[in-house]
Amino acid sequence: MKAIRLMPSETLVCNDVSALLAEFADNPGTLLEPASSHLKACLKCQAEMAQFRKLIRVMKTLRADLAEPGDDLLGDVLDLVRPPASVHRLHRSDRRKVYIGGIAAAATAGAAGAFVLATRVAGGRRLAS
Amino acid sequence: MVSREIDELIEGAQDGDHRAFEELVRLTYQDAYTLAYRMTGDEEDARDVVQETYLRVHKGLKKFRGDAQFSTWLHRITANCANTFLGRKVRTRTDELPEDSVVVDLNPQSDPVHRADVGDLRRQLTDALRSLPPKLRAVVVLRDIYDLPHETIAEELGITESAAKVRLHRARKRLREKLYPQESGRHGNEGDQAHAV
Repeated sequence: MKAIRLMPSETLVCNDVSALLAEFADNPGTLLEPASSHLKACLKCQAEMAQFRKLIRVMKTLRADLAEPGDDLLGDVLDLVRPPASVHRLHRSDRRKVYIGGIAAAATAGAAGAFVLATRVAGGRRLAS
Repeated sequence: MVSREIDELIEGAQDGDHRAFEELVRLTYQDAYTLAYRMTGDEEDARDVVQETYLRVHKGLKKFRGDAQFSTWLHRITANCANTFLGRKVRTRTDELPEDSVVVDLNPQSDPVHRADVGDLRRQLTDALRSLPPKLRAVVVLRDIYDLPHETIAEELGITESAAKVRLHRARKRLREKLYPQESGRHGNEGDQAHAV
């Protein structure tokens, strides 16, 4: 193997290079000198780089996995984004039903009251006679 | 997910067709939920994030011009909502691990030498991701799983690009420590001078 000659200030140990591996793992070609030379010569750092690269490779495969959100999330989301107009229409039609029901109930109560009143009046007349 | 179908639904929804929007939600909500779950690490939180996400999608869909893929746009909004949600949650939580705490699995059975298949590694990685602090997890998920650029990640998380990069490196190191605990412990502690180059 060709000897790599570096100035003392450029001398790197594994710890220095290790700090860079996580950053350059997706693109080791961009690792600058003297770290690049160290990596080429050091089996330990190569092994560490290989682990980072494998880690990133496996991470990318997770993209295809989908979590299961449960049945009701879709309904909840759709309820939230339902257009206000249809919600309004729904409320209005509901109100209409309540009004009609109220009128019908009042009419029934009135008729029943009238019937009771008429019965009492007729009964009173019968007693008087 | 068929891209052309999505494009047609977007067009319809932008023209006010609510059924098209509903169908768009139907086709994409599981993807949004998965990202939200990966970022929050909690099912209930992820559901809240998804609801907020689609409210924003609904509000902003007319502005979507199709410069990027819809899925990328959706991921950005989901990431932003998750980040906002986590920010609110952290302010009210007291039991969170500090950012610098290192969680290392020392169980020799977790050594990848003993683990043969990638499926197992994926499971281990999923668990390791869950153990990361949310700030680190968010960045590594968006970069390494969803392939978002550093600039976009920084923008959506409200941090600088260099902060996003630093968090990414720290997250990757933590994950490696979890997946390869023996090698991580060994490296750097012995004979560094002997390897000086």
